[in-house]
Amino acid sequence: MSLDVRAAAGSHAPPRPRREITTAFLVSRVVVLAVAAALLVYAAPPLVAAGSWPALVVLGLATAAIAYLYLTRRFIPAKYLIPGTVFLIAFQVFPVLYTVSTAFTNFGDGHRGDKQAAITAIETGSVRQAPGSPEYSLTTALKGDRLVFLLVDPKTKQVQAGDPAGLAPVPGAQVGVTGKVLRAPGFTVLTAPQAAARAQQIAALAVPTRGGLIKANGLSRAVEGRSALVYDARCDCVQGEGDRWKADEGQGYFVNATGAHLAQGWQVSVGFANFSRVLTNPTISGYFIGVFGWNVVFALASVGATFALGMAVALALHHPRMRGTRFYRIALILPYAMPSFAMLLVWRDMFNRDFGLINQLFGLDVDWMGQPSTARFAVILVNLWLGFPYMFLVTTGALQAIPRELTEAASIDGATPWQGFRKVTLPLLLVALTPLLISSFAYNFNNFNAIALTSEGGPFPAESPQVGATDLLITYTFRLAFGTYGAQFGFAASISVFIFAIVAIISAVAFRRTRRQEEVYA
Amino acid sequence: MRKRALGVAALTSLALAATACGGSQPGTPSAAPSGSAAASSSAPADKGSGKLVIWADPNRVKALKPFAEQFGTENGVTVEVKEISKDNQQTFLTASQQGSGPDIMVGAHDWIGNLVQNGAIDPVNLTDAQKAAFPEIAIKAVTFDGQVMAAPYAVENIALIRNTKLAPEAPATLEDMVKKGKELKAAGKVKEVLCLPVAQKGDAFHVYPIFAAGGGSLFGTTASGDPDPKKVLLGSPDSVKAFGKLKELGEKGDGALKTSITNENYVASFAGGKCAFLISGPWAMGDVKKGGISYDITPVPSFKDGKPATPFVGVQSFFVASKGKSKTLAQEFVANYVTNKDVAKALYAADPRPPALTEALQEVGATDPDAGKFMDAGKNGLPMPAIPEMQAVWEPFGIAEAAVVKGGDAAKAAEAAQKAIDSSLKN
Repeated sequence: MSLDVRAAAGSHAPPRPRREITTAFLVSRVVVLAVAAALLVYAAPPLVAAGSWPALVVLGLATAAIAYLYLTRRFIPAKYLIPGTVFLIAFQVFPVLYTVSTAFTNFGDGHRGDKQAAITAIETGSVRQAPGSPEYSLTTALKGDRLVFLLVDPKTKQVQAGDPAGLAPVPGAQVGVTGKVLRAPGFTVLTAPQAAARAQQIAALAVPTRGGLIKANGLSRAVEGRSALVYDARCDCVQGEGDRWKADEGQGYFVNATGAHLAQGWQVSVGFANFSRVLTNPTISGYFIGVFGWNVVFALASVGATFALGMAVALALHHPRMRGTRFYRIALILPYAMPSFAMLLVWRDMFNRDFGLINQLFGLDVDWMGQPSTARFAVILVNLWLGFPYMFLVTTGALQAIPRELTEAASIDGATPWQGFRKVTLPLLLVALTPLLISSFAYNFNNFNAIALTSEGGPFPAESPQVGATDLLITYTFRLAFGTYGAQFGFAASISVFIFAIVAIISAVAFRRTRRQEEVYA
Repeated sequence: MRKRALGVAALTSLALAATACGGSQPGTPSAAPSGSAAASSSAPADKGSGKLVIWADPNRVKALKPFAEQFGTENGVTVEVKEISKDNQQTFLTASQQGSGPDIMVGAHDWIGNLVQNGAIDPVNLTDAQKAAFPEIAIKAVTFDGQVMAAPYAVENIALIRNTKLAPEAPATLEDMVKKGKELKAAGKVKEVLCLPVAQKGDAFHVYPIFAAGGGSLFGTTASGDPDPKKVLLGSPDSVKAFGKLKELGEKGDGALKTSITNENYVASFAGGKCAFLISGPWAMGDVKKGGISYDITPVPSFKDGKPATPFVGVQSFFVASKGKSKTLAQEFVANYVTNKDVAKALYAADPRPPALTEALQEVGATDPDAGKFMDAGKNGLPMPAIPEMQAVWEPFGIAEAAVVKGGDAAKAAEAAQKAIDSSLKN
């Protein structure tokens, strides 16, 4: 991606001493600046409300920088370079940094929020109705401009007013058939819409009683309850139900003496624990070599097969005596134009043993996705079908750039067509296409959809249900991180870091080799 | 040429302007969640927006809308019902955490464990009278750790659906059913003995009644009668026997269970008359009716001298989001408004899953006997374990099932599943 940006910037921005001001120039500047300003106006209030001052400063500086950059006549290369750089930061650098930082936390199910949120959840989650307390029916009212609860005991029909000071009897109140207070001297009864408008205040009002607190439960009922579990800041622990759970900042849980923890936890930094888990967990390290080996085979076979087929078709259509090339080209691009998601699912059903098209068409009885070898063959075949139009397209493009004189000259010199292809066309093609082949390898190395939507990693041997014959590293670890015990984002992030490192190393080595090759043929 | 270059420049700078915002966001993800969570929990004085947001799956959005609007006019608030169609639970959790979640979520009761450990929902306070309006199993399903965490509205479980033209008599035992299926297959009247999805990865949900009939079980129980995640029983001798029964029904045995029968084709096969017996739930009835065959619904039978074939029971529920912005309204809607039989009936009309309210079920049953028959089939069912640990069970259980169906060794498959579950639960 960075390559493209550099190339674009280099070719499009020749230094120009003075630029005449055209209408288009003026309009484009006004539009850009207006959009930048609009985004500032749009994004600033939420940031202010959330109190994210650093983000606000970054936003302000970025807007100011854009305004300056596109108002000045200087920095012409930067005008072209900046958009690409911003995209690079937003979509490449930031996600990578965010993933890496997540890898050092226990972020995941049970550890999504902070400690305060966990405490709130524990306390509100343990509120139980006070035993024997009445199911008050609730009417909200105003006394002056203060909100009060008018509580009716359904059994005794006694009316009491509740406010933060406590309960007080209300003489002379008139109660309707539904249990709602219709009129009460000294109070202004709120209608349903008026009460709904004050929903936040109603939620906040708690009437203290001897046994706990009376809180609204919706707009028409109130319940006397008490938190069974209460956080105590002095001991940094949660107490109640005859037990005590102490905060453990290493795990992000409240843990009791026996080692059991409360369900609600919070996000903490766990250092290298996720990474060491990847390296030491026997279910991961034990199968790593096998999965990695198949993963490399899958990626190489996908790239090799799609390239071979795509190139063969491109060469055939490139032949000067070929007729109807336009029609063939359209037909060949079809698989590429169809959504791969749907196609993968269709292919999966075609490989079904009893109902699939393939067995019915060829009169076979092969359990394609049920045996390791056939399942592997099937997923590569599907990937070939999905992938070759791309290779066909890029090869067709690259072929146009190879002068026909070269192959003609070779044939005059006595080369067979095969020799001409092998010694002239292919090397020149590879110079142009190797970077694409490498990126295709990296893509297929992590081709989650191609596996997850067809074989789902299977077939799985009965003895080891965790790893299937067609599992790639990405599908296998996805299952470990998300399939087994809720979402474990921190752990998943650490696995991504490993896979990132593997792909980066392979790609770097391959690019280095390509450069040497280019030096030979350039 | 120059003009075009300027156009390109304008476009790219537009893009730049757009990303400038995106580029500056990086600071927010870490700061925003805590900030907004604090804003919603500690600053309730924040003026009431008078807006209630409900998230539901596409099937239910349409049925909920009229009631939501009615609730809105009665209380002078705007109610927004939003459609969420993919990964509903994770979407809800992530959005809740960021402060952009709904006030009410519609979902299955077995989410409760995970929602509770993430502090995403609040208990729902139902009066004793309200609780009594539901069958016991529905309240049991939404009760977690002694607290009612949701208001149930539909109960769903699988049952045996049979083509009465091909198989007039309801089979008394699984053996009878397999025998009848095989006869029909030998006579060329059907293609498959039984339509029950297995697929290559197994389907723990659909096979569970047969597994239970064979004596198998998933968890031991705690003192309070809840499933105990510390005691996984998939590898126990009884479960091994049950896996053995599945093997006998499998591809190398009776051929009743097959990995080629999947979630995509099993209902269609039955509706097309390719098998006489289907094990599925209320969600299949739309297609079955479209197929135009005569059918009946009975409980899944057990083996001769077997244990009861208990299906999993799922309870569709309304949750009150603890990080919602209008919790009072949400409580009012869930605890006092939605537990009413008209809402339950409308939801049934939109998507025929038997209503949880006994009264609504009776009224629906008067016009549509299927609802009551499904309810009967699930009467002794097992509420799907809502503990978060259940997530570790589904896949290893399914893979063990697929392995024995293909003819693998039952003891080995059960042991491997037990080991896989224990290792991910760190037992």
